[in-house]
Amino acid sequence: MYAALWRVLPGPIWVRIILVLILMVAVLAVLATWVYPWIDGIINGQEATVGGA
Amino acid sequence: MCPQADDPTEIDALRSRRGKSGKVTVVGVLGELLITVGALVLLFLGWQLWWNDMIMANSQSSAASEISQDWIAQDTSTPQPVPTVDPAEPSATPVPVDYGVPVVGAVASNAEAFAVLYVPRFGADYHRSIAEGTGHDVLNSNRLGIGHYAGTQMPGEVGNFAVAAHRSAYGGAMHLINELQLGDAIYVQTADGYYTYRYRDTEYVIPSQVRVLASVPNNPDGTAVDRIITLTSCNPLLSTAERIIAYGVLESWQPLSAGAPAELAPIIAAQG
Repeated sequence: MYAALWRVLPGPIWVRIILVLILMVAVLAVLATWVYPWIDGIINGQEATVGGA
Repeated sequence: MCPQADDPTEIDALRSRRGKSGKVTVVGVLGELLITVGALVLLFLGWQLWWNDMIMANSQSSAASEISQDWIAQDTSTPQPVPTVDPAEPSATPVPVDYGVPVVGAVASNAEAFAVLYVPRFGADYHRSIAEGTGHDVLNSNRLGIGHYAGTQMPGEVGNFAVAAHRSAYGGAMHLINELQLGDAIYVQTADGYYTYRYRDTEYVIPSQVRVLASVPNNPDGTAVDRIITLTSCNPLLSTAERIIAYGVLESWQPLSAGAPAELAPIIAAQG
């Protein structure tokens, strides 16, 4: 899977390394901004209010 | 991930590891997926403890600094007398000035920040915005963090100024609520002035006990006399089984133009 990804990436090795880093940062940003808050809301439901808001 | 295998023996070795075709195998992909899932779960823990706590806390704190500085910059009222020190006894504590009945601000619209909370017990430079409403748009916001229960009183008003915030994650504005000690200062700054509350007591309740929000806490039929602040958060830490409720009583009020209370002055000065 990752080997296939590596083969698909164009350019010499340092370009591929930079591309992989960019991809990783993009994935992390999506996770931290949308995916993790969504999961957190499902499994934790960290409520701090009285009255069950 | 893709070794440069030029000589035939290395290619053979690779093929025997990966299967006959030298291509991706089901087991190989499955293994990579499992490792990926493991990494994502670890990242989730890191996100909860680091990003969602420290980063959010810093972001909420900076946002609170901004609105505090805006209010001070926009304050055009005439300068008020500041507490004076008796020249004969410079070491004595300044004589407090009585600024009269606290000014009560207008109710803000939902998710609008209208106050900044300062609790030195929560950290030397602790300050967070208080916005109207206790929905996720306020409590989980990276600029707000503390929500004012709609329908409860405003800062300085006779009755109960009740707010909620997360104990952990999303900035954890009430992380140290269990460490408040009798007499601890709880400052609320608004566009009108500074309200100094003193922490009085804590109770632990089930989440449905809304009577703690009454204008006389736990006595919904009572007639309010005191000016109370109520902080609510979840308890125990990392759980939602109970709520921890901390009460304070208003001690004094001073307009923005009179300057910040002595304990707050360095924090406000550092916001600029």
